[in-house]
Amino acid sequence: MNFLPIATNIADYLRDSLGLTNGIAMVLAAIIHGSLLVAIFMGTPVFWIWGERKIAGRIQDRMGPTRVGGRFGWLQSIADGIKLIQKEDLVPPAADSMLFRMAPYMVCVASFATFMVLPFGDTWVAVASDIGLYVLVAILSLEVIGIILAGYSSGSKWSLFGGMREAAQMVSYEIPLAICAIIPVTVAGSLNLVEIAQLQSGGFQNWLIFNDPFTLVAFFVYFTVATASCKRAPFDLAEAESELVGGFHTEYSGMRWSFFFMGEYAAMFVVCAVASILFLGGWNSGIPPLDATLNQMRGLSADGSFEPMAYLANAIGMGILISKAWVLVFVQVWVRWTLPRLRIDQVMITCLKYLIPISCALFLGVIAWPLLVYKMTGGAQTSFASPKAENWVKPAVSTPDEDAETSQFILPNSTPDDRMAVADDDRKVAGGTR
Amino acid sequence: MTYEKLLFLIFALSTCGGALGVVLAQRVARMAFWLIVSLGSTAGLYFMLHADFVAATQIIIYVGGTLVLLIFGIMLTASGPHVNIQTSPGELVLGAGVGLMLLFLIQGTVRSVDWNQAAVVTSQGEFVPAEGQGYNPQGQGNTIRPLGMALLGLRPDKDLGAPEEAGLSSGYLFPFEIVSIHLLVVLVGASYLARAKRRAQASE
Amino acid sequence: MGLESYLLVGAVLFVSGVVCMATKRNGIGLLMGVELVLNGANVNFVAFSRFTSLGLDGQIVSLFVIVLAAAEAAVALSIALNFYNNHLTIDVDRGDELKG
Repeated sequence: MNFLPIATNIADYLRDSLGLTNGIAMVLAAIIHGSLLVAIFMGTPVFWIWGERKIAGRIQDRMGPTRVGGRFGWLQSIADGIKLIQKEDLVPPAADSMLFRMAPYMVCVASFATFMVLPFGDTWVAVASDIGLYVLVAILSLEVIGIILAGYSSGSKWSLFGGMREAAQMVSYEIPLAICAIIPVTVAGSLNLVEIAQLQSGGFQNWLIFNDPFTLVAFFVYFTVATASCKRAPFDLAEAESELVGGFHTEYSGMRWSFFFMGEYAAMFVVCAVASILFLGGWNSGIPPLDATLNQMRGLSADGSFEPMAYLANAIGMGILISKAWVLVFVQVWVRWTLPRLRIDQVMITCLKYLIPISCALFLGVIAWPLLVYKMTGGAQTSFASPKAENWVKPAVSTPDEDAETSQFILPNSTPDDRMAVADDDRKVAGGTR
Repeated sequence: MTYEKLLFLIFALSTCGGALGVVLAQRVARMAFWLIVSLGSTAGLYFMLHADFVAATQIIIYVGGTLVLLIFGIMLTASGPHVNIQTSPGELVLGAGVGLMLLFLIQGTVRSVDWNQAAVVTSQGEFVPAEGQGYNPQGQGNTIRPLGMALLGLRPDKDLGAPEEAGLSSGYLFPFEIVSIHLLVVLVGASYLARAKRRAQASE
Repeated sequence: MGLESYLLVGAVLFVSGVVCMATKRNGIGLLMGVELVLNGANVNFVAFSRFTSLGLDGQIVSLFVIVLAAAEAAVALSIALNFYNNHLTIDVDRGDELKG
């Protein structure tokens, strides 16, 4: 894992200009970037709580918030926040007080921790892990524990039902979520979110959603499952106001209640950002000339130095990624206020009888697709997966070279010489001599 | 104090503290919470050991899967609002005594071995002294590709660059397949066992 | 941090698990003890894979342990649920009859 590749930049700058020691400069840079992530983490709920109320109002043919902060009620979220801070922090006598207090923090921390591996740009990622997607899905699955504990520890039957529904729903929906997230990974040949996004540059025809029919369907399945995994309507059985009062958060009030919602909106943003990285080109605009220009600008700082133009390109890329994610979040809000809520048995049947078989079939299909293309074009055209962008842009092998083909299967991202060199290094490190 | 040491201390303390919490907690839901703390910090230790795939697997399977299942089980078997089956203090003291003795026994064994000189049998049956550190591609813990290859029965981490006469190292394809079948059997068996057939009457 | 620190953490996890299994009367509490024991073993495996020439094998064994622990938890939990259905409690001391 490369820890904080961009923080190294700022750390170098701080060390050189301010005369700090290496460790302190590193910590300062980490704090700066941590606060940037917190800003995104807090900004998303603040915008979307207002956005959701406004959109809900418009869908239901009313005005939505209009008073606080001008005609459009821009400051509604701030007003909500102030109201929530002022509220009394209640712990019901029947509750297990320690767990009751801890649960909202677990939800909040779990959704915030996913930002650690979520890339916002070519080098703008806190931890550029080789298994970024896997870590992200893993951390997202922690959120459910906080909600179940909240439901159980409240000591109320509504909360208990909400928590149990949430447990059953999440354990089931994690399976199709993981399978659908693996589908673009099979195409890209990498779990690294940065690499996956990089190989979709150069026009929207390179986006993985347009790679083959299976990824096209997989995007919609993923989006459905992701909506369910954020427990958004029509899958919000855990809170189901009409049946369970408030579900798992029936007994919560004030700031602890709002932590659940910060976690929920942040999780919505994260799954939508992952959807746009996996399927919709990430921070690539989809317009070939613009992509080429941005890549050129990014290339200026390829040696790790600080270049204003490269910084600008990354900032534009981050804007593109966030807008794509916000469009998807908008669709989630739209769906919530349009569709009626499912029953719990319908939710489970949707997952176990339909979504899991569909995603398994898509997974098999996306594996078989390159073979089909290979067969139909007589071996002239292949789209066998390779994790590096340079392999991606020239998939056609005009004269099939047997050696090159097989070597691609062994370790796809390097030439045979590289592999030997890496292996030699490893053996030196391991100290094993044969 | 280096940052690595500090991180290790944080993770190690919360791992051990969580484990002790599991032992000392009386309510079963709190035990589950402490188990989450312990297993989650263990994942942190794995990250520090440059085993990032194992760490992520620990989070997704243990914390995200097994523990959710356990808490689900706690809710389903809750007879009161908070299940509270007390352990008698005598048993606890006895357990603590035996546990401490076991801990000192294990620590004594660990201390008695000179790990720097420890010889490790390789797959070829020859003894290779362990000098320095183990498998460590670029020190970054990018272990997913070699791990995937090993589960498919290939060992590029061992065989590449090795002399021809050493032959090929064995991978883990067969255990992997057995585990797959095992999981299927477990899935069927668990759902058969847990089928609702409530025989006991509430007035037992 | 060296190998021995990690082995100490593994030992503490193992011992806590054993004590937990010995003292708890709640069936699910016993399960948690088993998880702790397996986890202690796992810490040792991964530490050995880093600090000795055991290499990747240690990590792979720990992966198998994690997967098998999940399977074991599923089966044991279904047994616990069955026990609860029959006895209306999960106090394992009540499971002293041979007839189900």
